Amino acid sequence: MITRPKPEKFRLRRSMMFMNAQKPGLIKDAYIYGTDSIILDLEDAVAENQKDMARFSLYNAMKSIDYGDTEVIVRINGLETPHWQEDIRCCVAAGVDGIRIAKCESADDVKKVEAAVDSAEKEFGVEEGRTLLMAALESPLGIMNAYQICTASDRLFGCAISAGDFRKSMHVKIEKGGIEMFTARGQVVMAARAAGVQCFDTMWPNIDDEAGFEAETIQAKKLGFDGKSLVNPRQIAFVHQTFAPTQKEIAYAEKLVRSFNEQADSGVGVYTVDGKMVDIPFFEDARRTIDMAKKTGVYHGDL
Amino acid sequence: MEIKKNAVAGTLESSDAQITVEPAQGKLELNIQSSVLNQYGRQIKKVILETLDNLDVKSGRFYVVDKGALDCTIKARVEGAVYRSADAAEKDIKWGALK
Repeated sequence: MITRPKPEKFRLRRSMMFMNAQKPGLIKDAYIYGTDSIILDLEDAVAENQKDMARFSLYNAMKSIDYGDTEVIVRINGLETPHWQEDIRCCVAAGVDGIRIAKCESADDVKKVEAAVDSAEKEFGVEEGRTLLMAALESPLGIMNAYQICTASDRLFGCAISAGDFRKSMHVKIEKGGIEMFTARGQVVMAARAAGVQCFDTMWPNIDDEAGFEAETIQAKKLGFDGKSLVNPRQIAFVHQTFAPTQKEIAYAEKLVRSFNEQADSGVGVYTVDGKMVDIPFFEDARRTIDMAKKTGVYHGDL
Repeated sequence: MEIKKNAVAGTLESSDAQITVEPAQGKLELNIQSSVLNQYGRQIKKVILETLDNLDVKSGRFYVVDKGALDCTIKARVEGAVYRSADAAEKDIKWGALK
């Protein structure tokens, strides 16, 4: 039987791919795609009369398939359904890495899930605090409450914006350039950064519109998201490439780090590099770029 | 567990298995159809019997249509069918006891 190592709260999560937990053909080898996280879905992808079977399928997959470095998160059913508590018992007993709270609207929702996870960890003898949480923000209210949600539990590593339902609530459609999502995206990123957790952009549903997908991915990166939800394996490569630092960014970061070390030794705080003023926040940003370059496998220097 | 009523679990999609179970008086009957019966028939039977033993199922008639499912899928479908036949699949599953 497989027992996964204790999940890392903050790890690389550029790509999170959804898969129907009820479909053995999908979940049996989901680790081969190289996505950072997979999200096994017990919610919308599973028909109402198959919710029970999806849990047995999920539990047995977790116990016998080695997903390796691919993080395994499960999207549970909404808190207004009769399913979410059993979903949590199943997830915790199976030893998944994290639980994605669908349609999260308040800190209370997070606390409800947290309490159920606490009691399931006790019931199944799972290390307390092992199971991580993330919140999916899918409604105007959820997005308005993003900061309270992001700070509601120590288990919570981040939040994802989920635009399908959100656009309907806002009476808008997908627009080229994403103007209909600007406020929501900005609010979610800012709330997550203020809370010190990660944030993930919504998935792109129009699989055949690659240009639209690429534009949205680039925009998510520019807005400050840590990664993006996906529904198709062919979207993975572009997301990974977009969220990795460019060689130009890496070279500049290296220059900053090296110069900072020299300047600090001689007692200088603020100075200029390539004609631009830099100080400590620049240095921290440069360290983050190099760290990200290492994690994404594109760093070949010696820092 | 006791097989109280007819129940079905799983689908006929590739990599899945569909298990139908009916009550039977005091005996265990297995009927297995599989696209890979020659190569894996014995293994499929072994997984089903182990799963039933673990669930303490002593009687029932099981029809299995295997479409190339992994062991963990067959096990999940057997457990699902048994729990459904006992009207107990929706909640309070003894997850820790499913070996």
